[in-house]
Amino acid sequence: MNRTIILLMALTAALGTATLASALKIAPATETVIRLKAKNFEFTPGEITVKKGAPVILELTSEDRAHGFNLPDFSVRTDVKPGVVSRVSFKPEKTGRFGFTCDVFCGSGHEDMSGTLVVTE
Amino acid sequence: MNEFDRRDFLKLAGLGGVVFASGLRARVLGDGLRKDEETKAEEFYFVQLSDTHWGFDGPKVNPDAQGTLKKAVAAVNSLDTQPDFVVFTGDLTHTTDDPKARRERMAEFKEIVSKLKVKTVRFMAGEHDASLDRGEAYQEFFGDLHYSFDHKGAHFIVLDNVSDPQAIIGEAQLKWLQADLKRLKRDTPIVALTHRPLFDLYPQWDWATRDAAAVIDALMPYPNVTVFYGHIHQEHHHLTGHIAHHAAKSLMFPLPAPGSAPKRAPVPWDPAAPYKGLGFREVEAEVKKAKYEITELPVTKG
Repeated sequence: MNRTIILLMALTAALGTATLASALKIAPATETVIRLKAKNFEFTPGEITVKKGAPVILELTSEDRAHGFNLPDFSVRTDVKPGVVSRVSFKPEKTGRFGFTCDVFCGSGHEDMSGTLVVTE
Repeated sequence: MNEFDRRDFLKLAGLGGVVFASGLRARVLGDGLRKDEETKAEEFYFVQLSDTHWGFDGPKVNPDAQGTLKKAVAAVNSLDTQPDFVVFTGDLTHTTDDPKARRERMAEFKEIVSKLKVKTVRFMAGEHDASLDRGEAYQEFFGDLHYSFDHKGAHFIVLDNVSDPQAIIGEAQLKWLQADLKRLKRDTPIVALTHRPLFDLYPQWDWATRDAAAVIDALMPYPNVTVFYGHIHQEHHHLTGHIAHHAAKSLMFPLPAPGSAPKRAPVPWDPAAPYKGLGFREVEAEVKKAKYEITELPVTKG
């Protein structure tokens, strides 16, 4: 381990990540915030497009009952409950089309409640 | 793979389930192949039916939604030798938001399967039966959501991974499982019966149990464990270490192979091949070897 890394680790421990970023004038990457509504038995929007490597924040709300949001390819999941905004963040590091689904059984259309995340270059 | 022969398993997976010499019942019947009394007591067969979805309505998917289960019951009754017992691995009924309709479907289902000649019938819930009311109606009609029983030297464990709508076994049931296993000898043949897969088959389609790893951890020290389940409406075979998992066909509609279609929509009915993709299975248990021979059977002959 070289001296620079050791120095950075020591600084991080001493000052905290935010303070260190500020001290080193490192600008945080821009986060894309996407709002997703869950309702029997669909997500709106049903397809969302993001850029590879760009941090994403999903804000999920339910308009009726308890649902779930599961995006296994990026290990992202959260409960989606009425009256609560659920936030999850991730950075997609691969391109393609990836399915997400409701993983809390919600009724006769549960199996249809899914969508697609499109990650482009 | 210990007693469960790996070559046989691969053969099973490769040939779509109709496998092995099927001499077990002949031996039990004593047609000249009779073995000693000890072996006789340890060999039996049961029938697995799954995902009957009573109450489903979709003519393009199954125009005989009212008749398929009844035909399956007749098919089981027509087997030359009746099984020791029948097991239904969940989704007995199709879900409904209406608690009254849910109970009506369960009552109708129960009436239809009461026509089985075999009177020992083991039930378990699927998410369609139990997720919307945490198993309240199911328990009124069919009893406990999880339980175990012994049969001719094999230990059967029925696990509930559906009454929690999040597809979780949960801490309480996990503790019960650990206590149930603790009283067994390590080499006891164990058969786990459940609805959802106990591994991440395809989480993108919700084909998983969220805390399945904890169940597998509990089962892993036991060398003779086999899992039979439903949920995915097709035959499927998988190994987690030495634990074999066997999914059964539905008796209402087939679903596509995992990830093979944009959505997990039912496979449409094929008028040229009615009941294609539907069926049930015989499982012949050779308890001493913890070996299970599976034969897939159609709803109707011909």
